[in-house]
Amino acid sequence: MKADKEVLEKIIGILQPFVSGSVDIVPGMDIETDLAIDSLKSMEILANLEDTFDISIPINVLSEVRTVEDLAVQVQKIIGAEG
Amino acid sequence: MGLFDKFEKIAASKRDLESQCPAFFNVVIQDIISSTEALIGGRKVILAGTNNYLGMPLRRECIQAACKALQEEGTGTTGSRMANGTYASHVDLERDISDFLGKSNTIVFTTGYSANLAMLSTMVGPRDFVLLDADCHASIYDGCRLGGVQVFRFKHNDLDDLEKRLKRLSNQDADVLIVVEGLYSMMGDRASLPGIAALKEEYGAYLLVDEAHSLGVLGETGRGLAQEAGVEDAVDFVVGTFSKSLGSVGGFCSSNHSELEIIRYTSRPYVFTASSSPANIAAAKAALSIIRKEPGLREKLWDNANFLYSRLKAMGFHVGPEASPIIPVRCARIQEAFAMWNALLERGVYVNMVLPPATPDGTALLRCSLSAAHTHSQVESIADAFEAQRPSA
Repeated sequence: MKADKEVLEKIIGILQPFVSGSVDIVPGMDIETDLAIDSLKSMEILANLEDTFDISIPINVLSEVRTVEDLAVQVQKIIGAEG
Repeated sequence: MGLFDKFEKIAASKRDLESQCPAFFNVVIQDIISSTEALIGGRKVILAGTNNYLGMPLRRECIQAACKALQEEGTGTTGSRMANGTYASHVDLERDISDFLGKSNTIVFTTGYSANLAMLSTMVGPRDFVLLDADCHASIYDGCRLGGVQVFRFKHNDLDDLEKRLKRLSNQDADVLIVVEGLYSMMGDRASLPGIAALKEEYGAYLLVDEAHSLGVLGETGRGLAQEAGVEDAVDFVVGTFSKSLGSVGGFCSSNHSELEIIRYTSRPYVFTASSSPANIAAAKAALSIIRKEPGLREKLWDNANFLYSRLKAMGFHVGPEASPIIPVRCARIQEAFAMWNALLERGVYVNMVLPPATPDGTALLRCSLSAAHTHSQVESIADAFEAQRPSA
């Protein structure tokens, strides 16, 4: 499954303020190692994603997410399931 | 690539932190002098970080009960509750706890950690939802992870955020269990239980309250936050530990849902571990009896807590949001926490130090916990030791 472009762009917009420096976020980037987003920041990001897409994201999905693209795929799945 | 290579980042961080504060990583209680004093690093110190809220571990009645059980029933049960590990004393304690809390059913577990692990890995599963406060204890997260339930966090004590999530989940066909704590172990604040209980009723959810730090500490008779808040009937499950105000080791879950009993047959952390030792059970039973007979202990604990909280706040320290027997002092930087922790120890005061990411908001904490066994003079000494460290001093 691939994430919708619009979903991906929104997610990159949400991630950007949590990344220090001027990093151009691309879908293949590893959220932990490339973007240096730790567990505390991830929880805040999750809450922002839930509000933006008006969905409920279980924290369990984090274990399946490594890259920005993975995150977008999970969000896309939930939008599909709830929509 | 070796098995332990994946820990290298953590190991490097530990080496770095240990080089800055070696004493913290090597704390050994060399000798217990009293309920509130010990020998650490050859120095006699006041213990102000032990969760020993009511001074039970050295109470004569608890020691005598434990010794009697030890001599009569031995050092361990060598078996699970499901096999040969249920003694009359386990059943008797379950009855005592039910009676104390006004609940119909209680299961005693081997530790407080395993009580949460057992309940949350079994009672809810992949088709259910758990909504937990972001500051909940690791045992709650671990229990959820073990059982595979879908977990959603709400912002700490934020009723609007909880309701938003309940609303979003309400159109899905699943049971929802809300999980909160009576007193939060790091910041010492209470759950906003009246509001949470009201939302639980409104959305038809279940509610589990972990009273680990509030049993014996809050409520008119010490039953915890649910009693203090007047919402005991709305609480479906009360989880607690013996290792704090009861001064022993063990845990429990109590409920008016008679179906609780099935957990004994379905919960792996209950079935596949040895039961609590007779001495631990006897000590917990004796401590519970003392809690029921001596409300003055709670009053003394709160006098001590209110005094230290007010003193530290007046000194300008960044303390927790409310007065409580758990009093955290926030430090902006880890190095500041190291320096203050060392200085307190040198002045004869031991407190806990908690470093990120184990802290709720990423700051380092010096965490004090007080006891009814502290004398007023000892609490003054703790306050004085902090005063010598305040930024303007």
